[in-house]
Amino acid sequence: MSYIPHSQKDREEMLREIGISSGNMDELFKGIPEDLRARSFSIPSGRSEYEVMEHLKELADRNTTGLVNFVGGGFYDHYIPAAVDALVSRSEFYTAYTPYQPEASQGTLQAIYEYQSCICRLTGMDVSNASLYDGGTALYEAAMLAIRATGRNKIIMDGGVNPIYRKMMYSYTSNLNIEFVDIPVTRDRDYREKIYAHLDAETAAVILQNPNFFGTIDDHTDISEKCHEKGALVISSVYPISLGILKTPREMDVDITTGEGQSLGIPLSFGGPYLGFMAAKKELARKMPGRIVGATRDAEGRRGFVLTLQTREQHIRREKASSNICSNEALCALRALIYMSLIGKEGLKKVARLCLDKTEYARERISGIRDVEVKKEWPTFNEFVVKLPRNPNEVIGKLINKGIAAGFPLGRYYSSMEDYLLIAVTEKRTKRDIAIFSDALEAALWS
Amino acid sequence: MELIFEKSRDGRHGVKLPDKDVPAEGRVPARLRREKDAELPSVSEPEVVRHFTNLSKMNFGVDSNFYPLGSCTMKYNPKFTEKIASSEHFADLHPLQPQLIMGGMLTQGALEIISNLEKLLCEITGMDVFTTHPMAGAHGELTGVMLMAAYHRHKGNAKKFILIPDSGHGTNPASAAIAGYRIKTVSSDSNGVMDLEEFRRKIDDEVAGVMLTCPNTLGVFNPHISEICDLTHEAGGLMYYDGANLNAIMGKVRPGDLGFDIVHLNLHKTFATPHGGGGPGAGPVGVKEYLEPFMPVSRVVRRKDGTFALDYDKPLSVGYISPFYGNFSVLVKAYAYIMLLGKEGLVEASENAVLNANYLKEKLKKDYEIPYDSNCLHEFVVSAAKQAEKGVKALDIAKALINEGIHPPTVYFPLIVKEAMMIEPTETESRETLDSFVDIMKNIARMAERDPGKFADFPANMPVKRPDEVKAARDMDLAFTGTEKGAGG
Repeated sequence: MSYIPHSQKDREEMLREIGISSGNMDELFKGIPEDLRARSFSIPSGRSEYEVMEHLKELADRNTTGLVNFVGGGFYDHYIPAAVDALVSRSEFYTAYTPYQPEASQGTLQAIYEYQSCICRLTGMDVSNASLYDGGTALYEAAMLAIRATGRNKIIMDGGVNPIYRKMMYSYTSNLNIEFVDIPVTRDRDYREKIYAHLDAETAAVILQNPNFFGTIDDHTDISEKCHEKGALVISSVYPISLGILKTPREMDVDITTGEGQSLGIPLSFGGPYLGFMAAKKELARKMPGRIVGATRDAEGRRGFVLTLQTREQHIRREKASSNICSNEALCALRALIYMSLIGKEGLKKVARLCLDKTEYARERISGIRDVEVKKEWPTFNEFVVKLPRNPNEVIGKLINKGIAAGFPLGRYYSSMEDYLLIAVTEKRTKRDIAIFSDALEAALWS
Repeated sequence: MELIFEKSRDGRHGVKLPDKDVPAEGRVPARLRREKDAELPSVSEPEVVRHFTNLSKMNFGVDSNFYPLGSCTMKYNPKFTEKIASSEHFADLHPLQPQLIMGGMLTQGALEIISNLEKLLCEITGMDVFTTHPMAGAHGELTGVMLMAAYHRHKGNAKKFILIPDSGHGTNPASAAIAGYRIKTVSSDSNGVMDLEEFRRKIDDEVAGVMLTCPNTLGVFNPHISEICDLTHEAGGLMYYDGANLNAIMGKVRPGDLGFDIVHLNLHKTFATPHGGGGPGAGPVGVKEYLEPFMPVSRVVRRKDGTFALDYDKPLSVGYISPFYGNFSVLVKAYAYIMLLGKEGLVEASENAVLNANYLKEKLKKDYEIPYDSNCLHEFVVSAAKQAEKGVKALDIAKALINEGIHPPTVYFPLIVKEAMMIEPTETESRETLDSFVDIMKNIARMAERDPGKFADFPANMPVKRPDEVKAARDMDLAFTGTEKGAGG
């Protein structure tokens, strides 16, 4: 059973057509020397569809979902409208390949063009590509784009950038001659001075994140200005839902913006598939990585869409390509497009506003707990840091038993922050959820 | 068809959102707010559904059309794996959950799937250890080359080059280059495999590794593969297996047995997970035991009590190449597919894929030139050079096939064949589909003889005909900036 239509008779006749009369399928492999054949192939025998479903169901049941979730860290539990799932389940979308043949792929191509347009409208940038693997890879690709565009090789990276992305950046570039300057996380204004102290004629880019990993929001316009004076580019990793309210990368004169698109209608799915988006100023378009779709006219003057600027890409340029990417996350980009279409201009603002207000409510509730310090000096969007009177792991364990994922312990990535917890609140958390969480947190600490 | 933006009307909504239920009001200082709203479309749900349903109808997909796109393995994507992967116990699982105290115990099923899949892929390929982290084939290649670099750095080897045959996928040299290596290309010989004499001249102690597809993009198995592996290892290099073509050889040959050190697989090819219009894929990487210390973190490990955990403590690791564990829902689908097919089913899949390719090649060889006419495996390359003499190029044949409702083969690749058309039928196509394709290809060949001018009309029955790619690249209309009709103006 391998989804093969042929009957035994079909196979025998087809074998005869190609000169194999024995009916032995293995003769098809006679060109491969005997001593190169597989030494083992010890795979269990196939099972029925029902049996496999039961096996997977049993494994699925060993995962606990449905925790009331206050964990974010760049990956958020937002509501996904049912129409998103229904539409991406159209097999004309999901069983197609990369749209190399435009006539047979206008559905995918127009959708990508609309996706690129939405990303541009969201971020204020001029051009977007068709997607990259995830937010971390997108940030790395942005750094490489800046290096190509400036001909320089020094990157200054803010400590508020998602620590997972920072690790990915260092991993990807470990064999390349790139100088990284890591600006440590500080909770005061002087981190700007630290950036400027390293900013020089060798600097390709400064990498920032807004809101940063701790949920803090900022205006980076002054940093952009200083960077541009030195001929360096500014890269900003952003959280798309926050752009319902927050100042856009373009309004801060950022050159390249990237981010994780998971919050736009893509399930958390234990880490993937996700959606790396990238948008930039127009002058960088010809150096961008990944597929890009452009609008054009066909032989009869009709509007049509094609993969464009393909001379940047590996299938044409090989080792001189702007990136090695081939398969991207097209179906996730389609999810994001459908989500943005359903939620619309007003809906995006409303989701962002709900996140903001509910987060404020959680901050107020939690700041009333004895000896819990809620950092309030800097405005936040939907995530904030609290300092607990003891190691958060103990609290997290207790709350998990009550069905609540309390937040992310910052000590995991920052050794100086052992007592800190990062709490995220999305529009899915109700007033009641937040109250129960706050009470459970208090009980875990003090009873 | 109108763009979604052109259907937008102020005041329309596609989703009913909850009302605010908290007394608090979050404040964002004015200087941190955006000045103008993001102009996302305002459309109702029925309009959104109709828009995207109609867009979907403008696509060819495997469910609706024969899709013999070479090197892409466009086989049927089973429906039950889609259903399994969408289970809320997978879809709603937060990837940071295992990093919380006790949280790992609440993701045991997911970790076990990763672990079981890694073991199955090891046995299928003859490798010792797998990582599921790479998110696409090219990402697997990059991971593989990073592994080579980490290994050579650890050994203190000074290596500069990667050798790649001229028939290799474009991602091979691109991946090697962005990982910091220079590329040396090796030509193909008259049989279509890497030229052994040229290879001998180019392999030396500055070569970090050799990247090969086997069978290669011509569908040809390299008979000198053992010798190539030996020569590379003698020079201190590593052998990299590009698994894009694994669908040819499951149960017949294992890259690990041949002497390869690193392989990547494309789960969205061989293991039947859908391509999604360009992605997501998954490109797991397998290595021999001695490269295990360099594998990306985290690693799924099994504790003594039988439970699964994540190990981040790997000082020699190449580090993080994915934020978490790879494209998890793709992994679930591939795992379910392998469980269903089992040993016999996987072998059958490869045998029938090879049968179908050879059957098509036999039937097409009278009408089309076949430059490397040895026994092919899962795919083969025909040349439209004969037709091009009449003015009918591979691209024209592709457009004529679209007119007949068939997705064209991969055209103009591999680069070593003039007017190349790379045909990979896969095992899930019926004999009737193959015969009908042959009839259509024969008709096209006849038409090329008699009426070459006719091809300019193709395709005549699609939403667009030969959109102007030069204009697209020149105008760079990459995002809709208006509110009414005007894109592509």
